[in-house]
Amino acid sequence: MTEIKAKVSETMVQKNILSVKDLTISFHTFEGEVQAVRGVSFDLKEGETLALVGESGSGKTVSTKAITRLLPTKSANISSGEILYNGENLLDKSAKEMNKIRGKEIAMIFQDPMTSLNPTLTVGRQIAEPLEEHQGLSKKAALAEAIQLMEKVGIIGAKQRASQYPHQFSGGMRQRVMIAMALACHPKIVIADEPTTALDVTIQAQIIDLLKDLKTEFQTSTIFITHDLGVVANIADRVAVMYAGKIVEIGTSDEIFYNPKHPYTWGLLASMPTLEIGDKDLYTIPGAPPNLLNLPKGDPFASRNMYALEIDFEEEPEMYRISETHYAATWLLDVQAPEIEPPLEIQARNKIFEQTLAAKKG
Amino acid sequence: MDRNPIIQIKNLKKTYNSGKKNEVRAVDNVSFDIYEGETFGLVGESGSGKSTTGKLLMKLDSLTDGQVFFLGENIQDKRSRKDLLDFRRNVQMVFQDPYASLNPRLTVKEIIGGPLEVHKLVSSKKERDQIVYSLLEQVGLSKSFANRYPKEFSGGQCQRVGIARAIALKPKFIIADEAISALDVSIQAQIVNLLRNLKKEANLTYLFIAHDLSMVKYISDRIGVMNRGKIVELAKADDIYRSPLHPYTESLLSAIPEPDPENERSRQRIAYDETQFSYQEDDPQVGLHEIAPEHFIYCHENEVEQYQQKYQQLQKEVV
Amino acid sequence: MENTVKFNRVSPKKIEEMEKISQMQGISQNDDGYVKTIVKRFLKDKVAVVGLFFFLLLIIMAIFANQIAPYDPAKIVGSFESAPSKDFLLGTDEVGRDVLSRLIYGARVSLVVGVLSVLIYSVIGTTLGLLSGFIGGFWDAAIMRLTEVFMSFPYFMVILVIVSLVGPSIWTVTFVIGLLGWPMLCRLVRGEVMKLKNADYVQAAIASGYNTFQILFKHIFPNVLSLILVNMTFGVATSIITEASLSFLGVGVQPPTASWGNMMSNAQSLTVLSTEYWRWLPAGLMILIAVLSVNFFGDGLRRAIEGETR
Repeated sequence: MTEIKAKVSETMVQKNILSVKDLTISFHTFEGEVQAVRGVSFDLKEGETLALVGESGSGKTVSTKAITRLLPTKSANISSGEILYNGENLLDKSAKEMNKIRGKEIAMIFQDPMTSLNPTLTVGRQIAEPLEEHQGLSKKAALAEAIQLMEKVGIIGAKQRASQYPHQFSGGMRQRVMIAMALACHPKIVIADEPTTALDVTIQAQIIDLLKDLKTEFQTSTIFITHDLGVVANIADRVAVMYAGKIVEIGTSDEIFYNPKHPYTWGLLASMPTLEIGDKDLYTIPGAPPNLLNLPKGDPFASRNMYALEIDFEEEPEMYRISETHYAATWLLDVQAPEIEPPLEIQARNKIFEQTLAAKKG
Repeated sequence: MDRNPIIQIKNLKKTYNSGKKNEVRAVDNVSFDIYEGETFGLVGESGSGKSTTGKLLMKLDSLTDGQVFFLGENIQDKRSRKDLLDFRRNVQMVFQDPYASLNPRLTVKEIIGGPLEVHKLVSSKKERDQIVYSLLEQVGLSKSFANRYPKEFSGGQCQRVGIARAIALKPKFIIADEAISALDVSIQAQIVNLLRNLKKEANLTYLFIAHDLSMVKYISDRIGVMNRGKIVELAKADDIYRSPLHPYTESLLSAIPEPDPENERSRQRIAYDETQFSYQEDDPQVGLHEIAPEHFIYCHENEVEQYQQKYQQLQKEVV
Repeated sequence: MENTVKFNRVSPKKIEEMEKISQMQGISQNDDGYVKTIVKRFLKDKVAVVGLFFFLLLIIMAIFANQIAPYDPAKIVGSFESAPSKDFLLGTDEVGRDVLSRLIYGARVSLVVGVLSVLIYSVIGTTLGLLSGFIGGFWDAAIMRLTEVFMSFPYFMVILVIVSLVGPSIWTVTFVIGLLGWPMLCRLVRGEVMKLKNADYVQAAIASGYNTFQILFKHIFPNVLSLILVNMTFGVATSIITEASLSFLGVGVQPPTASWGNMMSNAQSLTVLSTEYWRWLPAGLMILIAVLSVNFFGDGLRRAIEGETR
């Protein structure tokens, strides 16, 4: 338990490497204006892994695409906010300047490695290319470096495999190649967008372990986007839960998993089957996510929230502070809010949290 | 418990590109039964042959070898339009991709009501619409959805429409092929609850095909684990979860991510080395062997004892 | 205290109602059917609307040519090769026919050939494409070989030969383009059908017990239709050009019937080109406008249809 304590105090002194402030993004579509991201703010600290968790359409991918400026310029409209990296706003950068930053300073890993790898280039060349471009290595040196990287990401027989093409690799191996490519220039930040979603469970576990190992070796800060809370329990230092274009709860991994405060986080955690559940129905969040074209008044989650208060249907809650690191946007945390009892599964988790707190103190 | 098999699969085989260099044995000599009223879970990773098995049972693909019996009748013999319709009415499917499985040019009413018309279960449009409305209600959708097109709905709502279509004909047996894996986490639980409740109401039998072991364990009575076209382990859901015997099952179980950081930090992943489990082809001693009551493992006869010891060991640990 | 009241819990029933409203709000945006949605989207596309506008103008011109044209296009009504004037707004041609009237009647030829030939080949191409893609096997192979044979013909040569055998007329041109133009569309339809055949909703239809005919015409064809329609609009543009080229070469529509192609063909000499602009420029512009408007329209249609799949 002392380990956790050390970690917490460490996060406090850590510097922010990236700050997203009040980011607001909408898309023009035939049907109207889609409010994809509605005032998202978060910091990425040096060396940490921050998980962005949310359903499809929650705005997690759009937010990070804004960081690398990969949003379609025609339809996407960033109406406000700033993204500070090294004290400079990335949203003000020219396309040319962004090209330098992308890949070298901020690298990306995507969900589907097959569509993000070039099928006509050997894997070795693809990893070597950014090395030549950003680090000015010679062709030969870059290829040697590429082979070394392939070994690091656990590709057996890297030397031979470097001269093979992506279609000769399995899904898991391709994702390893993507990771090698992303890490080639020792980026400061890696954005991994659902890197394991397309993979089988056993391969998924391997890739997560790999990402974890590499993080310590390469000293990168990672933003890990996923829809599955289970996946990030193993890898995230902090977790931000997104819903309908907003961060509804953010905190350290322990805080989110053992002491969640937002009813949406409760729902996500409680709706997964546990070993003890037996023949009972699963806990569910009723209804469906709102249409971002036409958001209801008040908190968009209100009508799916069994703990909704009257005010939820009128006003969106601000972020309430729970601890130095833990914030949640729910009226339930207001002093005027009534006492409520979270779902049983969450109560069980709270107990674990209290035990660890007590253990830390004692 | 009533143990009347609704589906019997005997030495089912499906080979693609047979005899060629790139021959793929998608389903390789698989035999198992599904009993009336149970939920049989079929788990495995991509390429394990689990979805192909479902397609073969559904007669959506032709089998290479072996037999499938539905209520004692060989489905290969169902060739006449009447027999085929009769089979189709009793065996239905829920697909993985909620959008792709609904025709974008048809309204919800036409999608759900279409099968009713095909099987001549309704005599007028009005009657059809009435049934569609009650089906919509049964799957938790509003009546007003009936005249709309699938693209207007969320994934979860589309999947409900797909389920309504599947139960419209009042089938006896439903194959759910990865029916929840394309859905958001908060929606998955809803759909699983819905499937469970429908089953109770109509005494359905399910074949639940998925890669997510924790959900399969929750919904299934018995589970078959597939790898490379073969069933490697078959047992009751609790049993397979508590005492996994085959190394592949162990590896699968050890890889399920859990939303519990403390557990995850100390978790040991078990790697599966399949080269250790390749057997001589056509060895009559290799096959599914019963290790414990209703707990089968694909292995060589010589290994049975070893597995039995392992099982007893695990049983002790549980207690 | 108004505020404290706001912090009361809401009953589950009320929440459920609110969720129903929220869900209805979510979909109420799209109250229109499929066709209406596409029309609405199309109307937002300015370039496409301009294209459609000009195309409609051409159609009106063709239909009401009798009323609009100041003179009979085939009659000699003035002195030959006279420059535009009050009487002849676009001048006269080499035998003294009114260029403006010929231009207006020319729209008839272009549209009849353009639309009719495309109708002919899309019926052939769609039917064969559906058969080929859906049935597969021997029929697929046979039809595909046939398209290859047709596509390896030097298109223009064949037309020239047929025209020289049957004799040139507007109908010959129409049928020749119609009978030769189908292979591309056929292949397109076949590819799409093969893709859709494995789509989940077609599998679901098979699983529901629909028969082959129903699957083909209720589940597959409607989903290929938009692709065919878009392709047809582009086909109209191509056919208009083909007709103009054939008429220009003297094997298409024959004078005195007016066609934009043969109008230009009569203006081939250098002197005409350099000094009598009214004899070729208007016809050339009409071809350009016709082709561009059809293409813009087709492109807009494609975008409006694809917008929904995205």
